[in-house]
Amino acid sequence: MSKQIPFVDYLVLGDKPHLVANECTGCGARFFDRRNACASCFGTLFKKVDIVTEGELRAFSIVTFAAPGVKVPFVSAIVDCGGTSVRCTLTNVEPSPEHVKLGMKVRLALVPVGADDEGTEAINYGFEPA
Amino acid sequence: MASDDIWILGIKMTKFGKHPDKDIVDLASEAAMAALADGGVTMKDIGILAAGNLMGGGGVGQQIQKQIGQTGIPVYNVSNACATGATALRTAIMAVKAGEVDMGLAVGVEKLAGAGLLGAGGKAKSDKKVYEPKGRYGAVGSVDGRIGTDSMPGVFAQVGMEYGHKYGGASFELFAKISEKNHAHSTLNPLAAYTKRMTLEEIMNDVMIAYPNTRSMCSANCDGAAAAVVVSGAKLKTLSLEQQRRAIKVKASVLTTDPWQEACQVLPDVNTLTKNAARIAYEQAGVGPNDLDLVELHDCFATAELVHYDNLGLCEEGGAADFFMSGASWRDGKTPVNVSGGLESKGHPIAATGIANIWEVCHHLRGEAGDRQIEGAKVGLAHVIGLGSACGIHILEKSGL
Ligand SMILES: [Zn+2]
Repeated sequence: MSKQIPFVDYLVLGDKPHLVANECTGCGARFFDRRNACASCFGTLFKKVDIVTEGELRAFSIVTFAAPGVKVPFVSAIVDCGGTSVRCTLTNVEPSPEHVKLGMKVRLALVPVGADDEGTEAINYGFEPA
Repeated sequence: MASDDIWILGIKMTKFGKHPDKDIVDLASEAAMAALADGGVTMKDIGILAAGNLMGGGGVGQQIQKQIGQTGIPVYNVSNACATGATALRTAIMAVKAGEVDMGLAVGVEKLAGAGLLGAGGKAKSDKKVYEPKGRYGAVGSVDGRIGTDSMPGVFAQVGMEYGHKYGGASFELFAKISEKNHAHSTLNPLAAYTKRMTLEEIMNDVMIAYPNTRSMCSANCDGAAAAVVVSGAKLKTLSLEQQRRAIKVKASVLTTDPWQEACQVLPDVNTLTKNAARIAYEQAGVGPNDLDLVELHDCFATAELVHYDNLGLCEEGGAADFFMSGASWRDGKTPVNVSGGLESKGHPIAATGIANIWEVCHHLRGEAGDRQIEGAKVGLAHVIGLGSACGIHILEKSGL
């Protein structure tokens, strides 16, 4: 079986795929990127926290025009996962206003991105209707 | 000597649109020379030049000097996303306010015609052949489209939808109606890039860019420049009565960035920094939203205009949809918004926008706006926001003379 890697380093694959955030131990602010310090309280200590895999659609746009190489249409969305906001593309849903509704329940899903020249497969995340 | 009161002595914008025969230095020079002439001064009177430009490759300030006057004064080349023009103006204002100079010139210029949609163009993004985590998210490929959107129309669509989700009342049709208003307003502005009135149906049936923003609900990329001469109150008193009469008082000049909020690094928070800037500006100016005779706000997309009604305090919290539906923001309404046609029709040459908005307000306060004059306008507000983010707000008042 070929090797799998997460598309971004805040996605954890395995039996229970989920996202992880860097949480500031001083104020609780959460970040998905590599940190130098906390943007909220300037602290420098962080711990890894798991993000719940179910959430609610807080905002979206159906993007039909994008930079060359970006496959359209797609649904860009902001999902509220138990108080932590996550940026994502929706998957397993028709990209039309009839099928995407603000407030709808969604859950984390895995999206294969394809393999590189060494056969390593990248796995991305998305959210799908729950 | 530090000066408490700052005035705009001269201000001009070029026609926005396509200028294939002019480069950015031509456009900037045209605006700068027109602003100097409008103020009745020359480069000899100017103590500082602040030049805003985003896409031109840097050093535009010195290039302008080499065309219109090399007097050895300091140049500040500034770049601050869509707030670049406002930042250039504020740089000149700060220098005058600090007492270092008694007169300053700010210029904003951009050439964008044919650049496609803001943030939706650029070079093709391709993935590496061997995956290698890169950047702050350790991504092995381009995230645009795979993890949400990087495009401005999409980001601002989400901003409007988020507001609709929180407060209700926002729909595709409502956003399109905001655009209908701005396109209607543009028919009276000869300097706008597009001056065609559009029906609601035409707007809604136009090419969809990022739902709910269709093409006519997006800011128009174009070429243009704007420039302003600012002067201290003390210096203004030494100038002619006519110069004093046409001078416009800068009642507030504010620049903010986005303070940390949950989600702000996931979806840019364009609200908090605008609310903060508005609060400080009203405080500085000693006026409130009800005192404003006109507002030019940053309608980079129709979805953005809605949230800024609320952010600028033009309506009750959560009441932006009702505010718009009451007709308040049409040119004959309680608080006319974007009587220039806004960025959706006037156009959005990025670094010029933050001074052109102020020109529009000054034009009305001076009573020189012709067909689109808001009668008796005394106080106005100009707002810009650059994603990333930076927010500039200026409140302006006509001279009492
Ligand atoms: Zn912190």
